[in-house]
Amino acid sequence: MSNVSRRKIITTGLAVAAGASGIAVAAKVAQHYGLIPPDGGGLYGPGETLTYAAQRLLTRHSMAREFSRSEISENPFANEVDPLGDEFKRLQAASFVDWRVTVDGMAARPASFSLAEIRRFPTSTQITMNGCEEGWTYIAEWTGVPLSYILDRVGALPQVRYVVYRSIQPDWWESIDMADALHPQTLLAHRMNGKELPVPFGGPVRLRVPRQLGYKSVKYINRLTLTDNLKPFGKGLGGANPDGGYAWYAGI
Amino acid sequence: MNTSLPIADRGAHHLSSSAKLASAVPAAHQKRHSALVRVTHWTTTVAFLALLVSGGEIVLSHPRFYWGETGNVNMRPWLNLHLPSSRDTVPTGYGYVLPDQNGWSRYLHFQAAWLAVGTGLFYVLFGFFAGHFRRNLFPAASDLSIKELGGSLLRHLRFERPGKEEAWSYNVLQRLTYLLVIFVLFPLMIWTGLAMSLGFTSEFPLAVRLLGGQQTARSLHFLVTIFLVLFLLIHVLMVFVAGFRNRMRAMISGTMISGTMTTGRATPPTE
Repeated sequence: MSNVSRRKIITTGLAVAAGASGIAVAAKVAQHYGLIPPDGGGLYGPGETLTYAAQRLLTRHSMAREFSRSEISENPFANEVDPLGDEFKRLQAASFVDWRVTVDGMAARPASFSLAEIRRFPTSTQITMNGCEEGWTYIAEWTGVPLSYILDRVGALPQVRYVVYRSIQPDWWESIDMADALHPQTLLAHRMNGKELPVPFGGPVRLRVPRQLGYKSVKYINRLTLTDNLKPFGKGLGGANPDGGYAWYAGI
Repeated sequence: MNTSLPIADRGAHHLSSSAKLASAVPAAHQKRHSALVRVTHWTTTVAFLALLVSGGEIVLSHPRFYWGETGNVNMRPWLNLHLPSSRDTVPTGYGYVLPDQNGWSRYLHFQAAWLAVGTGLFYVLFGFFAGHFRRNLFPAASDLSIKELGGSLLRHLRFERPGKEEAWSYNVLQRLTYLLVIFVLFPLMIWTGLAMSLGFTSEFPLAVRLLGGQQTARSLHFLVTIFLVLFLLIHVLMVFVAGFRNRMRAMISGTMISGTMTTGRATPPTE
């Protein structure tokens, strides 16, 4: 009997050791292929890493569903935002002619684009769904310059892994990986349903990341930073929402 | 059937043949549930409760349901739960807003979903190989007659306590219910859950199109939850009716004491 239990203990011990080293190796491989999200540590790290890795392996190049014109929501809902500050109101009073989007970080030619320039850039139009983490949705037509065009224009360095984007609202920012940053449906959107993007929906310019939830589509964008490391930004989790306890990857 | 075994005699009319065999083995502590069943049962329990709590919490941020692709506070819901909400943008009629818990709720929901799906795949795969479904869950053809089903239903409706031989096998309604939960309701939960994901549906648009839209997927996810909660309540109630201590012992240690199914007292296995 004691022999059996000793054998059992040894077998179990070996199995546990094998399992642990297997997980360690898997983590190394996942890190190498960029499958670990910035919030992949902590209590919910395993689930978050599985979700992000699975989505990146399955959906790297997939296109968000596009809808017909007749499916555009008659009553889209503009979620609440923090009160817009004095700077925003001053720019708004001048019809946003002085609005600029600055692109810095790991770029060969960092630049600052005026709203007029952004509106002259080549556009892409999509009819996609905006889905909120709360559960509600609407469909709208969005027009804007593909983020990939901007990255190309400023000469994004090959080692860039994330694009950090900021709102004019204090401490409101998010980031995406290159799979989404270079994705053809990821836009700096400045038009919605054929009109200039209304302020409640993020005008004059917001990011559209249609393969992720609405909180990744930050409104009132005025700065993009290209980086290979999210650690220096905020708590290092990749966004104001992750800093506030939400998942960085919001494709689910 | 071996008529020298009184246990197998009593109530044998509504037992499958495997049950008769199992109940014929005399021992004080008899094997009831395999390790596969016990481990996956409790892992699923933990995952399900985590999914239920976090899912309920997420619903509170928008306690309204719609059909089709789109739905928001500017549209008419088919179902309004009339609960207080964790968002002041939702017109609830209540004068207060609950604290936002969606951050950890969503993290927990998806982590628990991975645990549930992983456990489920393991259970179904090994369950087939080990003959668990064939032996314990697929009902015998003879049990599927109107007479047998009706009889079993009647005994349930009369709240008849199960005979002790029933402790060694599932009755036909139990088998059908477990099969429904394992092969219909759980897969539906996974499907409707994934159909809400903007990332997942970008690769697999049919997952949501076949259901009729993202909001329909959300509504169905909620409705199936109600069925699963009903199952959970009845399941736990039945465990109490059938003898809480012995059934819990069977699902934890894997063994059950013969002849103790209804009273919880140990009696000799063959009476």
